[in-house]
Amino acid sequence: MTHPTARPLGKRVLLMGTCLCDAFYDDVARATVEVLEHLGYSVDYPEDQTCCGQPAFNSGEWSASRKVAKHAAEVFAGDLPVIVPSGSCAAMNRHGNLLQHEENPDPAITSLANRTWEVIDFIFNGIGIKSWPGRFEKPTRIAFHRSCHSRGTHTGEAVRTLLASIENAEVIPFGQQEQCCGFGGTFSVTFPHISGQMGTLKLDHILDTNPDMLCGIDMSCLMHLSGLAINQGRPIPHKHTIQILRDTLLS
Amino acid sequence: MIGNQLIDLYARTISDEKQHSVSDGAAAGTEKRYQVLHKDYQNPDVLRKLAASIKDHTLHHLGDYLAKAEKALVSRGVKVHFASTGDDAKQTILSILQGHGVTSLTKSKSMAAEEIHLNPFLIENGIECLESDLGEFIIQLDDDIPSHIVKPIIHKNRREIAKTFQREGIAADYNDDPETITRRARAYLREKYFKAQAGITGANFVCADTGRMLLATNEGNSRFGMAPVPLHIALVGIEKIIPREKDLSVFLNLLGRSATGQQLTVYTEFINGPRSANQPDGPEHMHVVFMDNGRTDVLASNCREILRCIRCGACQNVCPVYRQASGHAYRSTYGGPVGAVLTPLLFGDRFPELADLPKASSLCGACNEVCPVDIPIPDLLLRLRDKAHREHVHSPAAIPMSPFAILATSPSLWRTAMTMSKAMNHLPIQVAPIKPLQDWLGQRTLPESHGGDFRKWYKTRKKG
Ligand code: SF4
Repeated sequence: MTHPTARPLGKRVLLMGTCLCDAFYDDVARATVEVLEHLGYSVDYPEDQTCCGQPAFNSGEWSASRKVAKHAAEVFAGDLPVIVPSGSCAAMNRHGNLLQHEENPDPAITSLANRTWEVIDFIFNGIGIKSWPGRFEKPTRIAFHRSCHSRGTHTGEAVRTLLASIENAEVIPFGQQEQCCGFGGTFSVTFPHISGQMGTLKLDHILDTNPDMLCGIDMSCLMHLSGLAINQGRPIPHKHTIQILRDTLLS
Repeated sequence: MIGNQLIDLYARTISDEKQHSVSDGAAAGTEKRYQVLHKDYQNPDVLRKLAASIKDHTLHHLGDYLAKAEKALVSRGVKVHFASTGDDAKQTILSILQGHGVTSLTKSKSMAAEEIHLNPFLIENGIECLESDLGEFIIQLDDDIPSHIVKPIIHKNRREIAKTFQREGIAADYNDDPETITRRARAYLREKYFKAQAGITGANFVCADTGRMLLATNEGNSRFGMAPVPLHIALVGIEKIIPREKDLSVFLNLLGRSATGQQLTVYTEFINGPRSANQPDGPEHMHVVFMDNGRTDVLASNCREILRCIRCGACQNVCPVYRQASGHAYRSTYGGPVGAVLTPLLFGDRFPELADLPKASSLCGACNEVCPVDIPIPDLLLRLRDKAHREHVHSPAAIPMSPFAILATSPSLWRTAMTMSKAMNHLPIQVAPIKPLQDWLGQRTLPESHGGDFRKWYKTRKKG
């Protein structure tokens, strides 16, 4: 699973805002619009969008998730790039959807797969912006959790390179970086003990390095980690990478 | 009730000490693999994909390659048997042993033998059967079961082992120094080797072109065990075939590095058949038992990629769920990601009771990333979840998804739900009578709902 191979030709994109941003993290979707517009793109947000279907897909209820995927494919029909501020929704569009349609391929689903970009990957590899002209007021140490659904994609490298190019920013390594945070959607509900232990371990490793903030490309991981951190009395400031790009640019 | 997954429940019961043994041992394995593999190969993915395609090719033509291997083995003087079930394999081995009047044997590490519980079967039938791999030997003493493919006692620490040795009279006193433990086991086992009348092994690879068999070990126990005995029986899963000897260059370079972070295991034994006229020692009789035991069913399923597995254990080491739950949580010889796929498939007649195994994953994909034969384990876990749902297997931990699908395909309902979710900010949802929600919120604080806020911002901004 990699990023789409064709570079976008036009300057118009569609935003898949994700259900999590719809419900909780409006500012992440907003930052996505603001950064892309700053880069000269016009961003359409199709009103009828809902979710990519991942919760049902991961539960094995493919009859349900195919319906949701079909809806998404209709809402995002056409030939414009679909930009999504989430590694896991991007992976759902690009890979999961094809898997659940492997016996009966659907052209609309395949088209959505070929046009979907995780937003940082889009900026770095799609548009080709290799450094970010942003600035932090003071030296800022950032722990970057790459999120598992970006495995095998170019997102991790894109985030690290862009963040490191920001003035006063330092991306700090931490222990066992390849490990999952333990969220996994419904996994965190049906395996509450293991999920909690995994998250706690991830927090231990991150907090050991005393970062100024935690950053990621999936609000789901950050919601889980920051939610655990609050209950454990060690809250940690956290942002989506796209928010950092916007905030350092505008400040 | 949701949240009752067996593996999660099991993980709560293991002691901190055991959990640390497992997670520390596994993490060390992951780290070593990474260092050694990436030091020698700038891009191991090329090699992993090559290995995957060789295995896929072999599996695609498995019937042909098995016939070829049989022919090559027979021409070397090996007797070849085919066993379609585990019971067949056990009976075949028993009758070979009885035919040779064997009452005592040594056995080196074999996952195939573990899979069919060969040891207890032979003991029941009056044959003394001693595990000669140190880890397996300790498992046998403790009447325990292995919890890792490569490191069967990853869940034990040296203090427990020292106690076992003292209890079993292998050592006169308690001593938990690892070297002393090993020396004591060595002295004890050496005696037994000379009493044995046969050796049983598995095989890592069988080359179809020449019939040569390969065993990778670190203790030299299988080699030592074979030297004084007249009979060697190898129990081999039918998926262990590779087409050509020269393919070993791909697999051997991956196996040691992936399994134990070694460029090569300490002993790499090439077995050419029974002892030839000009060989000073080694068994005069050699039998190979090719075992199916569910493998052709796996081959016919949509999860056949799992048969590429070369049993390196890298996916177990890297798996965060395995690290928390230990291999025993998977109720099978094969724990961790490989087991979560393989177990419900190999024991297909018990699928409903094993269908929870593929759910024990956050689908993080680390297993696929380290797998030397590039098995897309998360995809296979998902296909098995789909299978369970299609076959209406009841799961204690299923969150019904049809309400979600209705909501997510009705844009206006969805928008209303989003706006309404804001009400949660003013409701004490922590006391809502939904157990999993309570559990979830017991550990985590949910962010404040901003349901519909982005949509509002986007719209008004456009107008403005
Ligand atoms: S599935 Fe892959 S990583 Fe796991 S034991 Fe088999 S070969 Fe090794």
